[in-house]
Amino acid sequence: MDITFLLNGERVRLHDVAPTVTLLDWLREERGLTGTKEGCNEGDCGACTVMVSDEHDARALNACILFLPQLHGKSVRTVEGVADGDTLHPVQRAMIDHHGSQCGFCTPGFVMSMVAAHANGATDHDVQLAGNLCRCTGYAPIIRAAKAAETAPRPDWLGRDRSLLPSEISSEEAAEKNAKPLDANEAGEQTAFAPGNADELAAIYVAHPDATLVAGATDVGLWVTKQLRDLGPVIFLNRCEDLRAIDVSTDTIRIGAMVDMNRLRLLMENHHPSYAEMIRRYASVQIRHAATIGGNIANGSPIGDNPPALIALGARLHLRKGDARREIPLEEFFLDYGKQDRAPGEFVEAVSIPRQPDQLKCYKLSKRFDQDISAVCGCISVSITDGAVTAARIAFGGMAGIPKRARTAEAALIGSSWDEAAIVAAQEALLADFSPLTDMRASAGYRMEAAKAMLMRYFAEDHGMTTDVLEVRA
Amino acid sequence: MSVAKPLPHDAAGLHVTGAARYVDDVPVPKGCLHLAFGQSTIARGRIAAMSLDDVASAPGVVAVLTADDLPFANDVSASIHDEPLLSGGVVHYLGQPLFLVVATSHLAARRAARLASVEYEEAEPILTVDAALAANSRFEDGPRIYEMGDAATAIADAKHVVEGRFAIGGQEHFYLEGQAALAQPGENGDMHVISSTQHPTEIQHKVADAIGLPMHAVRVETRRMGGGFGGKESQGNALAVGCAVAARLTGKPCKMRYDRDDDMIITGKRHAFEIAYRAGFDASGQVKGVEFTQYALCGWAQDLSLPVADRAMLHSDNAYFLPNARIESHRLKTNHQSATAFRGFGGPQGMVGIERVMDHAAYVLGMDPVELRRRNYYAAASEASDPSEHVDPTVPAAEPGNDLTSRGAVPTSDPDKVTVRAAQAAQSSLTNPAAPRTNNLTPYGMAVEDFELHAMTDALLKSSDYAARRVRVDEWNATHPHLKRGIAFSPVKFGISFTLTHLNQAGALVHVYQDGSVHLNHGGTEMGQGLFQKVAQVAASRFGIDLDAVRITATDTAKVPNTSATAASSGSDLNGMAVRVACDTIRDRIADVIAERHQAEPASVRFADGRVMVADTTYSFAEAAALAYQARVSLSSTGYYKTPKIEWDRIRGRGRPFFYFAYGAAVTEVVVNVLTGENRILRADILHDAGASLNPALDIGQVEGGYVQGAGWLTTEELVWDARGALKTHAPSTYKIPACSDRPEVFNVALWDGQNREETIYRSKAVGEPPFMLGISAWLALSDAVSGCGPHYPGLNAPATAEEVWNAVRRARDGL
Repeated sequence: MDITFLLNGERVRLHDVAPTVTLLDWLREERGLTGTKEGCNEGDCGACTVMVSDEHDARALNACILFLPQLHGKSVRTVEGVADGDTLHPVQRAMIDHHGSQCGFCTPGFVMSMVAAHANGATDHDVQLAGNLCRCTGYAPIIRAAKAAETAPRPDWLGRDRSLLPSEISSEEAAEKNAKPLDANEAGEQTAFAPGNADELAAIYVAHPDATLVAGATDVGLWVTKQLRDLGPVIFLNRCEDLRAIDVSTDTIRIGAMVDMNRLRLLMENHHPSYAEMIRRYASVQIRHAATIGGNIANGSPIGDNPPALIALGARLHLRKGDARREIPLEEFFLDYGKQDRAPGEFVEAVSIPRQPDQLKCYKLSKRFDQDISAVCGCISVSITDGAVTAARIAFGGMAGIPKRARTAEAALIGSSWDEAAIVAAQEALLADFSPLTDMRASAGYRMEAAKAMLMRYFAEDHGMTTDVLEVRA
Repeated sequence: MSVAKPLPHDAAGLHVTGAARYVDDVPVPKGCLHLAFGQSTIARGRIAAMSLDDVASAPGVVAVLTADDLPFANDVSASIHDEPLLSGGVVHYLGQPLFLVVATSHLAARRAARLASVEYEEAEPILTVDAALAANSRFEDGPRIYEMGDAATAIADAKHVVEGRFAIGGQEHFYLEGQAALAQPGENGDMHVISSTQHPTEIQHKVADAIGLPMHAVRVETRRMGGGFGGKESQGNALAVGCAVAARLTGKPCKMRYDRDDDMIITGKRHAFEIAYRAGFDASGQVKGVEFTQYALCGWAQDLSLPVADRAMLHSDNAYFLPNARIESHRLKTNHQSATAFRGFGGPQGMVGIERVMDHAAYVLGMDPVELRRRNYYAAASEASDPSEHVDPTVPAAEPGNDLTSRGAVPTSDPDKVTVRAAQAAQSSLTNPAAPRTNNLTPYGMAVEDFELHAMTDALLKSSDYAARRVRVDEWNATHPHLKRGIAFSPVKFGISFTLTHLNQAGALVHVYQDGSVHLNHGGTEMGQGLFQKVAQVAASRFGIDLDAVRITATDTAKVPNTSATAASSGSDLNGMAVRVACDTIRDRIADVIAERHQAEPASVRFADGRVMVADTTYSFAEAAALAYQARVSLSSTGYYKTPKIEWDRIRGRGRPFFYFAYGAAVTEVVVNVLTGENRILRADILHDAGASLNPALDIGQVEGGYVQGAGWLTTEELVWDARGALKTHAPSTYKIPACSDRPEVFNVALWDGQNREETIYRSKAVGEPPFMLGISAWLALSDAVSGCGPHYPGLNAPATAEEVWNAVRRARDGL
């Protein structure tokens, strides 16, 4: 597979790259750019953060779970490439002045997250840096540095990277694409495809149903870096621009499978803010910039946080195999632990949500608030008319082998008057809906009690009470 | 003068540009090989059969080594040689290295390491306190007991008695840079090792033993670590030894770094404890007697567990005068990773024990917990009586081959003979246990002569507005059914010195070149704490020159030998002093040269502002150095320092183990959702005693970072093993250290304006470990928030995860 991108302002053309080489390994081992660090090799610590930009935006990404082909047509900046000659980037200067580094190993990653935030004018530093772990400083001096650099001018190279890209690379890509077939790896070791749109993807996937689809690689990346799995043929979806569409009509919101979690969060801020807040917490900026809604659903994790929210919203899933399309309620996609209603060669094309008044609350329970996998994720939507419950959609993650609706609890609520007794009845009904497991995130008993508590929180918040510790200030 | 200035970390500019090199960043010669361990998949048993054919034939594999292939010592232990590099057939924990893969790439080695087929005879692993006690599985032959007075009688006679037992979880270090080493073979069998270690001398010793050569054949270098926290005091031995053995075998440079999951599964962590307590108080809140039984889960190998458990005992008083105390410590051997050093080194667990007692007592007596604590403080420094009798140390005879520089080193002569007089001196004040003792005497007989906490507590309560906030917290709790606030104060008194007395020494090597530039080397290692900068500030101050003229160089066993680990917070105390001695030696030689030229007294020669001044002549420092060189005067010197006044008998629990104490105090406020147990730290106010700080910016960095790390230990950081002994939290996806937003949103940190009463380097105090224990206030604040939820004491365990807090709410409501 041939790819072209900018690295610290200089064009890099690579021929026949192995499709599952990570940017991190390539930077460190092939280019000798050792400023980018490996801290965890799974996208959780941020020590490998780089900035990737194109004509649309600049984003912080984890280089450890980013495959080289995903960079095609982009500009990459590493910590070695953000100073302007001898002049440090403002965030680098501020990190020195405010004592933001101690052991220094996480520092390049922090610097890159801060460079990306600075480029975007973002000042919600706790959110921007949630994906960067530091074990030395307690974060306070890093935040002081980020604040101090907020108003400093942006470096010149930022504009140069953006203007270089479309002209230099896109034209080249167009020329090369016409000249070469899609299954472009002639080295013969690992077949890789990079379809340019959903139609091409559909055709390739039918022909190679054993292939692994790579969207954001936030999960597939770990199959490579941690499980050391041989993925077989891979299909990169990053060139399928048509799968990134978001269509908001009068009665539905249709979200393409390649819409990343960052865009989904922005979208949901306008429609279902509690869902948007849950997305903020469930992954770091780096992961949200990479992870896609289609990937999160298709992997079928029982602890993925999107499915419960989407199920509570009555979402429908759009599946495609070749030219055949079908549409199912999202909850029917999850059959059993690790088993989804998806045929070989069939892929998630989009998910759609009916437009509705916002009555959704998402409760994410985890050991840490930011960037942690839920022990329990409860998403609740209750319709109340004249003091009585007319409809309820309640779904949980972490309570069963699949994301699952609490149908007994829903039934207990529907038709009841909207009072504490109804909640207590629904809480009891949860015992019929779920038999959760004990694992390192929570015990079975606590999971059940926490799920019950989420129903009570919904009721209390509907009555104007605060139940979220994140809303409390000193 | 450079000292006391808030200068940035010496490598800050390298850090922010990615130019700071760690072990894995060092360019290696072509042909470098890479290593990975094959690990056991059971926690306890024997290897019945092990087939490595698939490993050996995997792509890129150059060699596969088992215990039988090791040429000399199969040992990476920091103490009693009970820790083989590769299992010799017995398996002690899940993840234990069984064989070593040598391959052409890191990835090839990791891939191949998974291809072994191993058959085991599996045994039931010992994973709990109760199981270890039942099997009498322990280090040392029985519990250690330190005792003062008659605790049982005092408790029996007391008006109020509190008792309980609770658990304190361990902690993963989660240094951001995983363990790593690189070994390059030289001529004549020599080995050059670059290691991410806090203890280069121990690496040197272990590598020498493993390749069958004297220590002079091995040179170990450490420029910096990407975090240590105690996790690189002994846990780097396996990688360095593995690399050296493989390098000797293949003649190629060999590098090893652990993947994060391997690092967490293979290496040791903070000791988990269970502590049972019984304490008696009078009606005024004065403690009359305390009994602790500490159960330390040490894991499979002894490592540094004995001194860790000792230090837990030594901090069972924290800031409080305990007129009658009995501390019993069990060091339990289990089938976990071998627990090891971690910032505080047992001190935090001991301190949590007594803070729990104070919390419980305040609850039972209905007293303000701050008031109860203050009533039990040691006497203030100005009131304290004279220090106890000083005893001359007796040095035990060394046995060749033992690693005397390890904190796990075993005393090599009868320990009873070492400090009998110390014990006698201490016990002489205890003839009548009922009579009040001097209220500055610790349960191990050391007089607390520098107690700063009375005044510090006053200052912190005022600056944090504690009293008014206490009222506001109670008002909030009265009107909010689901969200409860809590606020708590806790003090820290932490003993400074290695408790293995002979480790309290350090060396330095300083060169002044003829251009006036200074090359500085000492035995301490840089892990982020800013040691190098502090020591450079000392050197610059001694010569009166600018810091830019001082070059700090990598720690190197060929420059300064026989070093102690950079541990026990001792780095700047010991190495700062050693460097001062070396610098002063050279400075005095230069002064002699200059004085002679001007027929002046050497003492009249002044070194300041980059100049050397005598009578009415001024030289630049470079000119003075050149003159000394031309006068054929050596401009190179070693420096050496040993801590005075300390003497300790760890068997009897008597003596003066610490040169001095460092103090701190914190007030933390939290909020808890009582429906789910979710909780947040809202605000923390800290006042910390760093003596006359060598560098206030670096010291505040240690305080802020220590607090957050300590609070993390007691809240979100939960280690979970399954029933088979498999660690289930072995990556940051499952093990949750604090993230950015977990720091207190309001975070006021100040240094106490004071100086060390002892003669330390510029009267500063050690600051590495003590602030870690300020995080205990967060755990106490959670207990405070929960204690109003029902009629019972909530008995909070640690870590106080959301689930544990929820359990505590239930206990508060329903009882235990």
